[in-house]
Amino acid sequence: MRITTTRPGRRPTSHRGRLAVGAIAALVLGLTAACGDDSDPTESADQEALEEGESLTITTFGEFGYDELIAEWNEENPDVQVEQTKVSLWDDWKNELNTLLQANEGLPDIVAIEGDFMPAIVAAPDRWVDLSSDEVEGRWLEFKSDAATSPDGQLLGYATDAGPEAICYRADLFEEAGLPTDREEVAQLMTTWDDYYALGEEFVAKSDAQWYDASGSVAQAMLNQVEFPFEEADNTVNVENDELRAVYDTVTGNSSSLSTGAAQWSDDWTAGFQKDGFATIPCPGWMRSNIRDNTGDPAPKGVVWDVADVFPGGGGNWGGSYLAVPKTSTHQEEAQEFAAWITAPEQQIRIFEQYGNFPSQVAALEDPALLSSTDPYFNDAPVGEIFSNRANAITVQPYHGPLYSDILAKFQEAITRVDQGADPEESWETFVDEVAALQ
Amino acid sequence: MSTRLDEPPAGVAPSAPPAGDRARLVRRHRLSRWDVKLSPYLYISPFFIVFGLVGLFPLVYTGYLSVHDWERLYYQRGEFIGLENYRFVLTDPVFQKSLVNTFSIFLMSSVPQVIVAVAVAALLDSQLRGRTFWRMSVLLPFVVAPTAAVLIFGSLFADKYGVINAMLEGVGLEPIRWHVDRWWSHFAIAGMVNWRWTGYNALIFLAAMQAVPRDLYESASLDGAGRVRQFFSVTLPMIRPTTIFVIVTSTIGGLQIFTEPRLFDDTPQREGGPDHQYMTSTLYIYVKGIEDQFYGRASAAAVVLFLIIVGIALLNFVITRRITRRQA
Repeated sequence: MRITTTRPGRRPTSHRGRLAVGAIAALVLGLTAACGDDSDPTESADQEALEEGESLTITTFGEFGYDELIAEWNEENPDVQVEQTKVSLWDDWKNELNTLLQANEGLPDIVAIEGDFMPAIVAAPDRWVDLSSDEVEGRWLEFKSDAATSPDGQLLGYATDAGPEAICYRADLFEEAGLPTDREEVAQLMTTWDDYYALGEEFVAKSDAQWYDASGSVAQAMLNQVEFPFEEADNTVNVENDELRAVYDTVTGNSSSLSTGAAQWSDDWTAGFQKDGFATIPCPGWMRSNIRDNTGDPAPKGVVWDVADVFPGGGGNWGGSYLAVPKTSTHQEEAQEFAAWITAPEQQIRIFEQYGNFPSQVAALEDPALLSSTDPYFNDAPVGEIFSNRANAITVQPYHGPLYSDILAKFQEAITRVDQGADPEESWETFVDEVAALQ
Repeated sequence: MSTRLDEPPAGVAPSAPPAGDRARLVRRHRLSRWDVKLSPYLYISPFFIVFGLVGLFPLVYTGYLSVHDWERLYYQRGEFIGLENYRFVLTDPVFQKSLVNTFSIFLMSSVPQVIVAVAVAALLDSQLRGRTFWRMSVLLPFVVAPTAAVLIFGSLFADKYGVINAMLEGVGLEPIRWHVDRWWSHFAIAGMVNWRWTGYNALIFLAAMQAVPRDLYESASLDGAGRVRQFFSVTLPMIRPTTIFVIVTSTIGGLQIFTEPRLFDDTPQREGGPDHQYMTSTLYIYVKGIEDQFYGRASAAAVVLFLIIVGIALLNFVITRRITRRQA
């Protein structure tokens, strides 16, 4: 047998090693270059006509109330069919949206955006289509359109709804605890947060139920009355301000006695609706359909929900979303047309009547159909009138910088930690650290 | 040399075939030589091409991103910042916490999993009635999508209205706060992982056990070894290579747990608990990259986790091999 160190016909190992490294490098560089070459995200995609069998895509989250309206649109516009994808939670959709924006690919033609995330979009305006037109000029409440307008005057989102807040309460539980049940009397009892909490103490002393649904939800309600909750007007982050700290202290101070301790939107929170878990809930217009779905429709025997025309500490706006069109859309014109139609006053009033999402438009607010509407599920409360009053009571619009939505998530986590038994001071410090890590 | 067929043997020139035939012959020889040399590479190339695209490239690109800043608003790579991202990740208490969680969940799942899987496989290997039925049913949990499994476990382990807590309260015990207490949450998550993977591993063990020559058992019986003795002295030594394989793969899998903790969390942020009680390292990478929009930091964390996994897999391999050698 012949013994050789380098067998014939083979190159020495070192050479081959170098070749392999070279090949890998070429592959990686080639692919990196390919990725770097990707079309500029701020550049508009080439516009194409909608082809046979193709439809305009829209992704919404939670309940936008669009099912019937889209079916109607599709019937009337055979050329522009619309297909809706519904994601149940905003937080899930936000993550997916971020991923799609990273990839600059796969975004729907119309994207639904939670109001709190709008500042992040306004801060990067050249990835989105300017939706301003004469047709929609002056259509929205000023604070809604301002929040979607970039410094150079581009309108980047059509407001779908607003979130004026009232207090929804369980009249039957109030009665059991010996509190007044009439919605006007109830409204008198909770004009300030101090009154609201004091009434809560009185209630829990006589009832098995808790006073409110979740610490996170009253925190959010109170936060909506703070002018600069997380960021200063020049977008510098400042979470160590007295007003924010006051909200945190009030909420965490009452968490063990008045709150269910469940995190908002969790399974336990949802179950609390059916199991007489709590008596009141901060109630923006869109919350009504959540209450109805979670409690069950028709309501279980004995359960009576009602709405009081009041919000502690004055008015407040919670949420309200937008529709935006990304520049990657290849059907921007159709997308804009559809978005304008579905956010028009007539459509918004129909959504309000059916789902409770409160209109975001000037014309809709004065509509007699809206003002006279009542909700049988809520003990026939005159919801149209109540939520219009609540919308008019809004005096403060909290300033939302580009990081608002991210900091809010951390703030909610800080409160949930205390709900779960963590020391409030430690939890606050963790919150401050986490906010620092966001910059 | 006899293999060099393309050169005519020396000294046979006068009786060589005509020029045309010779050229054809040379061509054929050359082709067959290329065939022998290149075809094997061609046959295995699909793996390497696919691996290069979906395995190697992301790996290298992650390393590349990890030394760059990330422009949050525009979702773009920013400037080169050296090891800054690594400094951030390694000093981040949340990352350290996530590592502890990962190892805790991994130990709570992988160790009992392998032991139970071997036991189940041994049972399935015996003369059971309706063997196929039992073998199929252990694989059933694996077929269920993790998301669906989490739904089931979510209602079992709910803090307030969960089935397990209802039972505990029924017999007068304190309910367990599954989503709050760190170690209990790990226990619940490990339970999901075990439920899903034990049957899968059991089938791999079963396959190995089936390959053990039956006459070994016969001889063992003749020597008077009972069932238990046979299991420890025949079965276990014979399936050692498979044991190494299962331990290494379940280590790698166990250190990458993601779906279970993410879906177990019922707060809207889903970051593995509001206090990161059960945030695993892969979840940390997800949160940093997708939620907080710091791809550079997420990449750095991914590289760190990658190195840890490689290190542990090697350690695992060395240890199991050493044990195997000593006993073999």
